[in-house]
Amino acid sequence: MADSKKLTVNGREIEFTDERNLLEVIRKAGIDLPTFCYHSELSIYGACRLCLVQVTQNNRTMVMAACSTAPAPGMVILTETKDIRAMRKISVELLLANHNTECPSCVRSSSCALQNIARRLGVNEIRYKKLKHEEMQPIDTSSPSIQRDPNKCIKCGDCVRVCSEIQGIGAIYFTKRGSNAKVTTAFDSGISGTECVNCGQCAAVCPTGAIVAKQDSPKVWQVLYDTSKTVVVQVAPAVRVALGEHFGAQVGENVAGKLVTALKLMGFKHVYDTSFTADMTIFEEATEFLERVTRGGVLPLFTSCCPAWVRFMELYYPEMTAHLSSCRSPQAMFGSVAKNILPKQLGVKREDMVVVSIMPCTAKKYEAQQDKFKVDGVPEVDIVITTDEVGRMINSLGINFSQLEPSPFDMPMGFATGGGVIFGASGGVMEAALRYAVEKLQDKPLENVDFKAVRGMDNLKEATLNVAGKEIKIAVVYGLAKAREVVEAIKNGKADYHFVEVMACPGGCISGAGQPIGATNAIRAKRQAGLYTADKRDHFFQKPQDNYAVSRCYEESLGGHPGSHKAHELLHTVYDSKADVFDAMIPVMRGTADKRLDVTVTLCTGSMCHGPKGLDMLSGYIREKGLADKVDLNVAVSSGSSSKVSVKVGGKRLSGECSGGEDCDLFKKITAAIDDGVKAL
Amino acid sequence: MEVSNDKAQAVVAKFSAIDAILERNHHDPSRMIPILQEIQELHKYLSKEAITYVASALKVPASRVYGVATFYAHFSLDPKGKHIIRVCDGTACHVKKSHGTLEMLSKKLGISPHKPTTDDMMFTLEIVSCLGACGLAPVVVIDEEVHGQSTPAGIEAIIDGISAKENAATAEGGK
Repeated sequence: MADSKKLTVNGREIEFTDERNLLEVIRKAGIDLPTFCYHSELSIYGACRLCLVQVTQNNRTMVMAACSTAPAPGMVILTETKDIRAMRKISVELLLANHNTECPSCVRSSSCALQNIARRLGVNEIRYKKLKHEEMQPIDTSSPSIQRDPNKCIKCGDCVRVCSEIQGIGAIYFTKRGSNAKVTTAFDSGISGTECVNCGQCAAVCPTGAIVAKQDSPKVWQVLYDTSKTVVVQVAPAVRVALGEHFGAQVGENVAGKLVTALKLMGFKHVYDTSFTADMTIFEEATEFLERVTRGGVLPLFTSCCPAWVRFMELYYPEMTAHLSSCRSPQAMFGSVAKNILPKQLGVKREDMVVVSIMPCTAKKYEAQQDKFKVDGVPEVDIVITTDEVGRMINSLGINFSQLEPSPFDMPMGFATGGGVIFGASGGVMEAALRYAVEKLQDKPLENVDFKAVRGMDNLKEATLNVAGKEIKIAVVYGLAKAREVVEAIKNGKADYHFVEVMACPGGCISGAGQPIGATNAIRAKRQAGLYTADKRDHFFQKPQDNYAVSRCYEESLGGHPGSHKAHELLHTVYDSKADVFDAMIPVMRGTADKRLDVTVTLCTGSMCHGPKGLDMLSGYIREKGLADKVDLNVAVSSGSSSKVSVKVGGKRLSGECSGGEDCDLFKKITAAIDDGVKAL
Repeated sequence: MEVSNDKAQAVVAKFSAIDAILERNHHDPSRMIPILQEIQELHKYLSKEAITYVASALKVPASRVYGVATFYAHFSLDPKGKHIIRVCDGTACHVKKSHGTLEMLSKKLGISPHKPTTDDMMFTLEIVSCLGACGLAPVVVIDEEVHGQSTPAGIEAIIDGISAKENAATAEGGK
């Protein structure tokens, strides 16, 4: 440990060691300086000016932002002078003047930092001209996961930094300048058309209601009051150790039992546990892993439970999606199994059953509405709400949550092992999979089910296991920026893992963007600990393979065993390349016929690239063959650049190397596809 | 829409030119501003496609390139006409009645600060705050030529001259 040094805060001597800035020293001294733009895990921005303090050092006195000042021995600091109080108050007044203060109807009412700090600083009036209704900018409702209201943005940049520093994406950035400055997407378009992965961490760090999780609870009330519907609900593992915070419980306390009671009071017919399909996920995923290991399949295997991570792969590494487990996430498996087996068990028609999910996550809202998880246009999971949303729904019932008697989940889809429950923590999916896979590999019962090397709040955890003479290298990652490093290392042959678990959010699903606002690493660690406590205390079995309800489900409805044909149909999925989200489309030729074939040439960059030449050749071919009337030829300018030629003919992508000009095989394939496509119109 | 091989050629040419600029700047993300400047010089503005292309080539998010392009007044994201008419409306020029020229342009070409470019993409109006030539007020700069002590009638005559030349060139090209 570094040597202890001393400085003075408000007349009190404070010791400090390796704190990065004055703000941390002052907070350690028990004084909670207000801030909007400071998050210990993000870079320091120094924009909000609320942490101003008076610093006297070497006979000079200055007012400094505590977050961006290094502590030094002998500093004399005052946090509450008359001037500083006035400056902080003016800052907040100015922010409020530019803010749509519709507080009572704002999703973030009571969890809003602007509201709380204004109250704390005694801002009772705003002396400046208020934002007028006609000056307000449109709200971005394009995303199924998050909603952006620029009229509530205070330009602290927290969302910009979390998106680029923690997730390595950068879907939003500061644009324009001065009073016109706006945090938004490229070209100020709707966020759903960008590389946003729907993780919602921007909403989780937003101090105000400028970015919030999309609210779907009104839809839930609607189906609950519809007497023709049978509404069932699944509860994700991470929800149970965070919802209590909403009602003043200890952080990390498992409130699953009380939640079941509350949901029944609300009118849900049956309350099930997503941990049941988490166990089922392990049956499938560990089987897939063992098969890849023993039969020499694509390794490392990547977990596929996190929809933000899956979308990240589809966007940035479409050529590597074969590494992703083909297993659906537990939420998606639940939807599929529930809609297939429950109607018969409950004696209702499939179309009269509504499946609701309670998730810690905003990306799950995106996952559920994807076409691949719909049957006849109807999503298998109909409505997804967050922990935070269900908390407010319970509030509206006027019941005292903390006094509720706990109830058990309904059977059979409410039975889970501890292995399914720890899915909510970073490392939990890996640990549950190891409990299954190691036992199978060593072919004798696993005595110690704890794999502590994969637990905890490090964003990269690695371990090498020796199982039945085989070396198994594993990695557990959270934060997509870190995940990108791991994927790059694998791509460049610098890492030789067998199995990699990735979750987008810090510490795993327990700090997803649907969880109560204000997670710090200390809170995250407590929520994780809550899951590991539940693993042993609240569940009779710890190994997913001991879940007899899952086994029975396989026998009755899923083809008898993991990996069966029926299991593949209901529990697995496929991945697309979403790299063309980055493309700007330029029309080159437009046919005049009613039915036309869509041909898109993706242009790449770099000297090895044949894109422009390829386009030239194709447009020439289309004209010469007299197909121009029946073809729409577009250029896609892609940021997923590669030196390959890539052409999409009527939705089918053809790509590869093409060095021989018009004689190359690929060009012939593309022109043949165009001929066929036009014929089939 | 008319099918045109020329359009394909134009797209190819456009992105090959951007490629050359990127190449010259070694695809270096820290040279984003000089790259955007060169592209703007070439196209007179930064198109959505150009911004996306630069982002992809430099491996930075498009939002960041857009953020830089919208931060500096120097960059324009709107297409510009072939000829640029800069009318100074700084204090000196304003007092010397620069608005007379602005009214003439509005009447003659239908361009104003709200709609700066003619539909035929021939002229763009830019109002500038000072050209540092207050002694010559009111000042109008057309393309790179400075017209001091300008009058609405004088500017109108210059514009007529440009239009006549352009029309003649189009007629020539049509033959």
